[in-house]
Amino acid sequence: MSDTIYINTKSLKQHTFDAIVVGSGISGGWAAKELTEKGLKVLMIERGPKHDHIKDYKTASLHPWETEYKGLTTQQQREDNPVVHRGWAATEPVMNAWVNEKDCPYTEIKPFTWWRSYRMGGRSVIWGRQSYRWSEMDFEANAKDGIAVDWPIRYNDIAPWYDHVEKFIGVSGTKQGLAQLPDGQFQPGMDLNVVEKDVAQKIKNHFKGQRHLFIGRIANLTSDLPGRGKCQYRNRCWEGCPYGGYFSTQSSTLPAALATGNLHIITGAIAKQILYDKDSKKATGVEILDTEDNMTYEFKSKIVFVCASALNSTWLLMNSATDIWPEGLGSSSGELGHNVMDHHYNLGASGKIEGFEEFYTYGRRPNGFYIPRFVNLNGDKRDYLRGFGYQGSASREGWQRDVAELGIGSDLKNALSTPGGWKIGSTGFGEILPHHDNRILLDKRLYDKDGLVTSDPAIGKQKTDKWGLPVLSMDAELRENELKMRKDIVKEMKEMLEVAGAKDVSVWDSGHNMGHGIHEMGTARMGRDSKTSVLNGWNQVWDAPNVFVTDGACMTSSACQNPSLTYMALTARAANYAVSELKKQNL
Amino acid sequence: MDRRTIIKQISIMTGAAFIGGEIFIQSGCKSDTSKLQSVSFFSKEQVSLLDEIGETILPQTDTPGAKSTQIGSFIDKIVKDCYSSEQQNILLSGIEEIKSGFENKYSISFFKGEASQREEFLNEVNTNMIQKNKNKKKDDPVHYFLMLKQLTILGYFTSETGASQALNYIAVPGKYDGSYPYKKGDKAWATQ
Repeated sequence: MSDTIYINTKSLKQHTFDAIVVGSGISGGWAAKELTEKGLKVLMIERGPKHDHIKDYKTASLHPWETEYKGLTTQQQREDNPVVHRGWAATEPVMNAWVNEKDCPYTEIKPFTWWRSYRMGGRSVIWGRQSYRWSEMDFEANAKDGIAVDWPIRYNDIAPWYDHVEKFIGVSGTKQGLAQLPDGQFQPGMDLNVVEKDVAQKIKNHFKGQRHLFIGRIANLTSDLPGRGKCQYRNRCWEGCPYGGYFSTQSSTLPAALATGNLHIITGAIAKQILYDKDSKKATGVEILDTEDNMTYEFKSKIVFVCASALNSTWLLMNSATDIWPEGLGSSSGELGHNVMDHHYNLGASGKIEGFEEFYTYGRRPNGFYIPRFVNLNGDKRDYLRGFGYQGSASREGWQRDVAELGIGSDLKNALSTPGGWKIGSTGFGEILPHHDNRILLDKRLYDKDGLVTSDPAIGKQKTDKWGLPVLSMDAELRENELKMRKDIVKEMKEMLEVAGAKDVSVWDSGHNMGHGIHEMGTARMGRDSKTSVLNGWNQVWDAPNVFVTDGACMTSSACQNPSLTYMALTARAANYAVSELKKQNL
Repeated sequence: MDRRTIIKQISIMTGAAFIGGEIFIQSGCKSDTSKLQSVSFFSKEQVSLLDEIGETILPQTDTPGAKSTQIGSFIDKIVKDCYSSEQQNILLSGIEEIKSGFENKYSISFFKGEASQREEFLNEVNTNMIQKNKNKKKDDPVHYFLMLKQLTILGYFTSETGASQALNYIAVPGKYDGSYPYKKGDKAWATQ
């Protein structure tokens, strides 16, 4: 993209926009696209640096032997980035994608793994791309179970927006006709491999058509779209795709927004607070902190879309309008920062599949199979609420397989130069119930010079980030419903693998810190009542109707499907509503 | 991200988790070769010894062996930058153990030993390692020879020689075939 769309703060500070979009990730990109296409002049604010499509995907086409550490990270990176090293996300090619943890700390009252990517495109560049619709039963669930508050919308409210989003981003998948996982506007699905097909059939037969295994629905193209090529089966999406083969802000929504001529982007700018006018009871714009000169600047707009990622969107609300509401904009409900959710995982089962030695796979499919929810459905009843899905794959082992038991010499070399046997593995993704006591808050505690909490203001001060801004503190955990469900997730997967003929089936449950699922949700939920929710049914902050929060923060429950597609649909829906309300001069 | 998680979890289950790293991922940051070669962790002699140990673990067959890929320099680099000091010390004393153990047994230096003697000796080390691993408690240190094997395998199969001669490498497959015919002995793919 051209550099001319990037602007610096000084040239802009006099300007007024129709809309400001905070964040350039999955939701922010969608807000920018929809608003600019409807003719609004939009300023997009991104706290991190530029990351241009293709040009900045520096590692994406390197051969394995051209890499410095063959995927490993260094001791220095381990020390500097302890949070991303808690899991699998710390690998050589993506280390530049992750936040600088020293500059941007947070605190953990209870363990919380927060995966952040502060650069243009946010986590849309490195996301998992699994794209599933929610169903009517997901939107009804809170009301039926008497949990938290009811969603203010139902499936029919969002279904046309799912259509709109899927067609534009390109989701490949297969129709299954399942009530719990509605079909969508799919490009042709990728193929299951020969073992996965066999396993799918055995599961279907054994469970009499009540359980289903099919190819993942994924935002990777199997047919070209304008300006984007289809997936080349390289399986290194997270480095950025030189073909535009998967959806990211850069490959998809950003070019569309730029084509309108209505988009301006400012990078290296942290949205510090939403400016609020108590007379009109509306936002008037956003104050940003320029991360280079450390100065603050004000930009004015008629509407603000907050798409800074779930917890950062709430951080922004907490820091806004504090002269009227000490706990921030949207806190009058008492729910701002509460009801943080995620999907719990880090558990599943795997086993060996005998036979099929005359088959291998060609190409590196960046996708696996999906097994949608089957518990607490169609008469099934468990001792916990809601449910879970699984994602997994079967493959022949490669040279990376266990070497401890193999000898050395030409036998070892010859063995590792040929594929091993087939293995199959699958991991569960479980719904987490919204719980008022699962919360995030601004950390207002005082810390002494050794980092210990103190009550003495003479020796302690508040923790801040590199720019002196307050930091979040996380206080959330899995509770009884999730812990019961976890036992079932492991047990059911083991049974399905055994039904499918897998041998040596083993199970694992490594425990789950909140946030580790990278599906953090909630903290500014939608609802029907301003007394119990932060946002209304159009994602408007009850206390400032020209402020829309449309990323994961808005979620009222978590379901068990990967949530990004729903954020996109909610964002597009809210953006179109905002434009129509602006035209009616209601905002 | 979900698929990577699955791969990671499967790799844990199979015991293939890599020491000093989370998983084998065959892609990475662009080399800054100007910085790399200047500082070493191991001495020149130790790097040469690592070349010979590497060649014994993955020798020349109908394709070149690990020594031809400068495996000693690769191990040096990974150990210097990616290993903890505890892991570094285990490896340092480990290769000295190989050196002196070999000399005690064959009255000749590892460098001058026959390929068959080297293989016999390291097979014994390997067998001992497997035995020790069977009684290994969770927090016991990793055996140095497991590190050496993993490093040699990683370095070799991600080298241009290993990836494109010992294995089959296609940078851009362009399609997926989930029931691709396989004949016994066909090479494995270099990347997954």
